[in-house]
Amino acid sequence: MVAAVEKLKGLFPGTAERGKKREKNVGLWALFHKEMSDHIRSRRLQLLLILVAAACFASLYGALGSISDAAADNDFVFLKLFITSGSSIPSFVSFIAMLGPFVGLALGFDAINSEQNGGTLNRLLAQPIYRDSVINGKFMAGAAIIFIMVFAMGGLAAAVGLLAIGIPPSLEEVGRILVFLLFTGVYICFWLALSILFSVLCRHAATSALAVIACWLFFTIFLSLLAGIVASAMFPVDGIQGLLNLMDNYRCELYLNRLSPYYLYAEAVTTILNPGVRTIGLVTNAQLEGAIAGYLPFGQSLLLVWPHLTGMCAMTLAAFVLSYLKFMRQEVRSS
Amino acid sequence: MTREIAIEMSGLTKQYGEKTAVDHLDLTIFSGEIFGLLGPNGAGKTTTTLMLTGLTEPTEGTALIGGLDCVRDTMRVKKTVGYMPDNVGFYGDMTGRENLKFTAALNGLDEKTAERRIDDLLLRTGLAEAGDKRVGTYSRGMRQRLGVADVLMKDPQVIIMDEPTLGIDPEGMRELLILIRDLAKKENRTILISSHQLYQIQQICDRVGLFVSGRLVACGTVEELAEQTREDSRFLTEVCAKPSDDRLTELFRTLDGVYSVGREGNRYMIGSEQDISNALASLVINNGYSLVSLRPCGNSLDEIYRRYFEKAGHEDGSSSGKVKRFISRNR
Repeated sequence: MVAAVEKLKGLFPGTAERGKKREKNVGLWALFHKEMSDHIRSRRLQLLLILVAAACFASLYGALGSISDAAADNDFVFLKLFITSGSSIPSFVSFIAMLGPFVGLALGFDAINSEQNGGTLNRLLAQPIYRDSVINGKFMAGAAIIFIMVFAMGGLAAAVGLLAIGIPPSLEEVGRILVFLLFTGVYICFWLALSILFSVLCRHAATSALAVIACWLFFTIFLSLLAGIVASAMFPVDGIQGLLNLMDNYRCELYLNRLSPYYLYAEAVTTILNPGVRTIGLVTNAQLEGAIAGYLPFGQSLLLVWPHLTGMCAMTLAAFVLSYLKFMRQEVRSS
Repeated sequence: MTREIAIEMSGLTKQYGEKTAVDHLDLTIFSGEIFGLLGPNGAGKTTTTLMLTGLTEPTEGTALIGGLDCVRDTMRVKKTVGYMPDNVGFYGDMTGRENLKFTAALNGLDEKTAERRIDDLLLRTGLAEAGDKRVGTYSRGMRQRLGVADVLMKDPQVIIMDEPTLGIDPEGMRELLILIRDLAKKENRTILISSHQLYQIQQICDRVGLFVSGRLVACGTVEELAEQTREDSRFLTEVCAKPSDDRLTELFRTLDGVYSVGREGNRYMIGSEQDISNALASLVINNGYSLVSLRPCGNSLDEIYRRYFEKAGHEDGSSSGKVKRFISRNR
């Protein structure tokens, strides 16, 4: 294998040299390091961690209270920890879906404009670094922090759950939890990319923070209301005609809802963590006839949510690319 | 004497939409020279410095630093050029030392060299004690000095400073000017300073260029500029004498070549055709007055600057050819 690689390098000496030159992109790594240490030391992130941890433990506490009822007829007890909600406390998953955007927002909303306002951006760009290193470094550092946080949180929750219920998770459960954490990471990264976009667009940190919060509210609350209204307007379900429109109405609402990363995430995660979910679209009674009730294998669950992952990655990339383009074309002048 | 050319701009132009910020700038700066770029706010000084450091692309024309094109070879140019922006900013929650360390990392310096250079520079800029304090607690002057240290981290051959003296107290200013002077004279670095604080610039610059609405209207040493503007204006001398009375005014008037005398308290402003400082002094003393001070006006950069602007403003209104003559002669 190594020999083959060496041979390949020999075939294209130019490429190998370019690779060596690219290693010298010290600016990106210096920035990445600096952003990481900034995040870790910032009081903002500490507050967020406390908030998220408190929410997680509250939801775990609630889930542990009602898990004995839920686990009575279920093989996947461990997964239930994450999706069971207590008497008045939302489940772990819904807490993450609600709070995740906040983490992304807090990490990114002043990424570029604070540099601009502080007068550090042009000093930074006058150093021998590529211009895109700045925004790449910031996104990479934020994403790294997010993934570390998500996996640490997941591991912690699993550990606490294991101590409390004493039933070890099966391999499939571990796999499902890992995929769930991956989804969570990508989901929060989307909000990071969105907040970086607004930090490039808005001159003031407060404006960009408000803009991201507005987006968050729109996607989590208003889009689902709007989807219902639009669907009913396009395909009314009153009277005789309504019977024919029923399917279109539902489909329209579903598709509109799926524009929201919040909905996509919630749907995907519920499917992954609950093997009992066999389909995420509309199923007629005729299609269900003769189906044997059972759990969906891991692979099939993954197949169901694959489009969701693609969609979320695409949204993240789109937001990042927009901010990248805007940043590269922006005038450096602070005035 | 042939000198090595450090910065060369030819036909450099920058347009922001309709507005032309810099208009066909031709300027050559030699190595080891301190060049002052003077002009009012919005004259295009900052835009020029940004184009030189590759932070903004010129609409037209080229700029070369050390023979490297500022647009195409940005990375190599940025390795040899230190740029200190106006209102230089640092990360407030990091210490001065950490800020410098970050700059060193961006420049790819290894840790040992960086440490050594940071200690050296902190000492040199008088921040040795403050180096471990958070920059957020720094005063404006300290931040400016940290800016100089930051620029020197990469050991640049060419240093471009945008308004370095803004908002510093007189003592800090003096130290900064000495530091800048040493950088050029002892270490043979080329320094381009843009400023509108004329007095300071006059003290340290070898040559200055006057910048009005995107164009370089004059360029040369301070003395040269004074000479050029004088030819169409008379000599003006300020005399302070004690006791001051109207008789002295009359006496001044009788002198040869004097055509105007103004009085304001014990200050007399005397306009004449030639330099008559000696005659004025002996007149004051011979008539029993004591001479407090005698100062020829018009040699300071302030005066030159003002006169150029009067002319530039005049040129906008009518088509007086004088400024154009100046421009063409000084290119």
